[in-house]
This record gives sequence, C-alpha cells and structure tokens, in this order.
Amino acid sequence: MTETRLRIGFIPLCDAAALLIAVDKGFAAAEGLDIELLREVSWSNVRDKLNIGLFDAAHLLAPVAIASSLGLGHIKVPIVAPFGLGVNGNAITVSPGLHAEMIEAADGDILDPLVTARALARIVAERKRNGAEPLTLGMTFPFSTHNYQLRFWMAAAGIDPDDDVRLVVLPPPYMVESLASGQVDAFCVGAPWNSVAVDLGVGCILHFSSEILAHAAEKVLALRAHWADENPDAVAKLVRALDRSAAFIEDPANRGEVAALLAAPHRVGVAAEVIERTLEGRLKVAPDGSTRTDKRYLLIGHNGAARPAPVQAAWLYAQMVRWGQAPLSAELLAAAKGVFRPDLFDAAVQSKGANATAPVDGIGGFAGPAFDAEDITAHLNFWALKQH
Amino acid sequence: MDASLNIVIVDDSPVRAAILEEGLREAGYVNVVRIEGTTKLLARIYALDPDVILIDLENPSRDVLEQMFQVSRIVKRPVAMFVDQADSASIQASVDAGVSAYIVDGLKKERIKSILDLCISRFNAFSRLQTELEQTKSALEERKVIDRAKGILMKAKNLSEEQAYALLRKTAMNENRKIAEVAQSVVTAAELFK
Repeated sequence: MTETRLRIGFIPLCDAAALLIAVDKGFAAAEGLDIELLREVSWSNVRDKLNIGLFDAAHLLAPVAIASSLGLGHIKVPIVAPFGLGVNGNAITVSPGLHAEMIEAADGDILDPLVTARALARIVAERKRNGAEPLTLGMTFPFSTHNYQLRFWMAAAGIDPDDDVRLVVLPPPYMVESLASGQVDAFCVGAPWNSVAVDLGVGCILHFSSEILAHAAEKVLALRAHWADENPDAVAKLVRALDRSAAFIEDPANRGEVAALLAAPHRVGVAAEVIERTLEGRLKVAPDGSTRTDKRYLLIGHNGAARPAPVQAAWLYAQMVRWGQAPLSAELLAAAKGVFRPDLFDAAVQSKGANATAPVDGIGGFAGPAFDAEDITAHLNFWALKQH
Repeated sequence: MDASLNIVIVDDSPVRAAILEEGLREAGYVNVVRIEGTTKLLARIYALDPDVILIDLENPSRDVLEQMFQVSRIVKRPVAMFVDQADSASIQASVDAGVSAYIVDGLKKERIKSILDLCISRFNAFSRLQTELEQTKSALEERKVIDRAKGILMKAKNLSEEQAYALLRKTAMNENRKIAEVAQSVVTAAELFK
C-alpha cells in the first residue's frame, strides 16, 4: 500500500484527542496515512496555514470553518468538515470573587444557567449604577463557540454582550493568568484550561457549556473543499482512522492510556490526571474540591459527535448574524450548512444509527424556542424581541 | 514610501524585533513602536493608533488582533489584514517567513508593499541567523565531546593525541557513523566504567 503523507495542524486541547490518538495508536498508519502533526499557537495560524495549503487538514473551531467558507473577517476559502472532532467541552469559569457575588445575587439554583445569567445581569446593572468598570469576559476567538455560548447565556437575561460587558479574545494558555491577575473576571474556554484555573484556586467553574447548549459542535476536522474533492480516498481514510481513534478514546478501559498519551509535552502537555477527568466529564468545579459530573461534558465519538450535523452549522451561522458578524441570506445559510458534510462521513464509515440522546432540535439550548435550521429567522426574531 | 506611517511591532523575541525595527528605520520609517507582553494588548495598540501592525506567527496573541475586525465598541479604527483574494503569493511568503501584517482599512496596498517585503526579508534573515547560531553551537559541542573522548583514549590506551583522534576517525569510518557520535559512545562508556 502506498503511503499518503498528510500535514495536519492542531491546537493543544483535549478535543484534538481523536486526531492525536489516531497517530499515536497507529489508526492512521493502518489506513496507509503518514501524518505529520504540527502544533500551533493560534487559530489564526491554523486557519491561514490550512487556507494556503501548508496544512492538508486541521483541528479547527467549527465557526472558523464556516467563517472561512463565507469569507467573513478574512479571505474566502471554502472548507469542508467530514468529521466532528468534539462536541461540547467548554466551560464558563468565574473568579472566586465574582462567584461569591453571583451566589449572593441569585434567586434560585445556581446550577440553572437562567438563574446565573439573571444574577449576572443584576451585578452588571449594579456596576453601571455605581459607575464601576464593566465586567470583562475572556473568550478564544471572534468566530468561536466560546464567544457564542457566552453571548447566548448572558443575552437570555437581557445583558447586551457588546455594551454591558467587555468581551475580549485571549489565547487559551493566557486565560488562567488573566483570571488570576484580574485582567478578566470570567472566561469561556475548552479543556483543560477551566480545570487548570480551579486547581490553582483562581477560578470556579460556573457552567459546563453542555448546560447552556446540550449538543454544540466544537471542533471539526477541516479540509479545503478543493483538496477534499481531489483526494476522496485520503478523505475516506482519514475519516476511518479518526472514527476508530474516537471509538478507542470512548472506551473507558483505554482512558488511562489515552490520558497518558495526550499528556505528552508535544501533544496537549498537561497532567494526565486532568485529561482523564475531562474525558470522564467529572470536573473539579471549585478550589474546595467539589466536583460535578456530566456525561455530555465533552463528547468525542459517542452520542453521534463524530458525524457532522448541518443543523449545527445553521445554528452557528445564526449566531454570526445575530451578533453582526454576517449578513442574513438564504445563500449564506446554505453555504454554511454545506460546510458540514455528513455524506463524506457516511461514505467512509458505517453510521452507528440514530443518536437517541440528542436533543430534539439537535441543539438543546437552555432558553428560547426549539431551533429550526430551515427557519433561522424565527430564532433571530425571538431573540431580537427579547432584547427590548 | 511614506515615512509618516505609524508602525507597531508585536514580537516577544527582542532580537528579531530589534532587527526589524532597525530595518524599518533604515528604510526611513520613523514612527516605529515595539510592544510586548499580553496585558491589555488591544487597548495599548488602540492607544498607539497604528497604520500598520506587524506580528510574529509564533505569538499566540495573533488571535487577539483578529478581534480588531469585529464590530464592537472598543474598535476605534477599522483594521484589515494586508491580504485580499488576489494576494495569495504574499500570504504564502509572509507565512513562510513567520510574520503577519495588519493595516488600517483604506490604506493603499502599494504604500505597504515595501514594508511587508522588508519584514519578510528581515524575518528570513533572522531565522538564517538562528540556524547558523545553532549549527555553530552544536559544532562547538561536538568539538568538546571529541576532545573528552581523545583524553579518555589517551589515558586508557596510552596513545598520543594524534593516535587517539585517528582511532576515533577509523572507528567512525568502519561503522559509518559521525566522529562525534563515536566520541559520545566513548564518553558514555567511560562514565559507566567509572
């Protein structure tokens, strides 16, 4: 069998696991793929190197794949995603001080995102009255799930994310020190950074992103559409290798081995124990050691996470429109949905049947009406009305 | 050439930033400011009100700069990246060199071309310099190991320096290895026998 050489970029995060393990456990080699993994420091770099062909494929934020395909914020390069590397996996972490304030201001169960969003709204209003600086919240990229999840959560309680608070982009490795130094009051980021903040005693996890949205596409395997068209065999091999890797990762018997491999300095590079907790969805949420468990915290492979769902792309595009990043048009909506390619997934691997645990509308937002990918105007109108 | 352009360099490598800054000054650009660190990066950039921002690709803060494109109340001036659909060659060249540039919207491309070209050549010069430095360093290391191995052989086998070196060279040739590798084996073995 002739070897296909591929250069694939990634950011050191737990949801790169399917890609990293596919290489480290030989699932890629078994498909005849010789993969060179290239660790990157910014999403901008990953996007640019994929766009200009320095990478054949990349571990990419799902919204960046869509933004690139639509030409938002940067040059237009059509991208396709034949495999979902991760669903969910983010969390909102707040400083211990803000956490205490929120408990004080809450009028119900602090585990309920609507209760916390309302508590935050009260704190924001109080600060405005006192002429205090607005709260600053960190997220990872303008076109990121983190950005949209924070906004979706806050806006449900009437907070205007562009006016009432400051939303700033911070590279994930800088999140923890920024929270410790008071540069930000809270952040939304992926694993393992929330756990790192909790372990250092500088943050409390307020919500898993799975509590805000039950099923949210997080990272995808991104390919240039043109390249995917020209290399159908390589695409299928890659999808098969990733699918087998994801199956290996989701088997609890392999968790220790997977965590140890991912902990290596040239991979994710954090303690294996933290990665293991992440994969189990059992996170320490406060410096006092209390934990919270959610089987949906980070989905790699299971619960249909690997098969790209166009409804996810539609939801992400709707957020881009909602927050002024993209104009609303039927063409753009269709183009966004076209980035997620379940057909390429199905052509490569046996689909594991319907996903029984998926939310009815495919998204499972904690507030608002069910999402309809065919009618995103309804979603936008509902939330536009709520703002006033 | 437009000497009045405000240029900001975001680079955590002081040597490379200095090389770049010097190049820009030589080319006649007088308003060049270098900033480092991550604290309130955007606020500091906005305060400087640059026409051009240059950032190295090893810098995770590049994602922070992407926020400048967003519609948000903290944006004072719209900024766009110095690349458009037609510019894939210059993206390729700058990514290869490891630098990225952002310019204010509306600035003519021709006015900026010389800056980006200069950046690319200085970044390339810097990485050549770094490679040379590493090669010199490893050559020096090899020399040290060979000297130690010679000393060990001279003592153990009662050889002259020339004889010890000849033995190392002959062994390396026979085993098809580098002299430094054979020397390292000798040093390691000697340490085991200590």
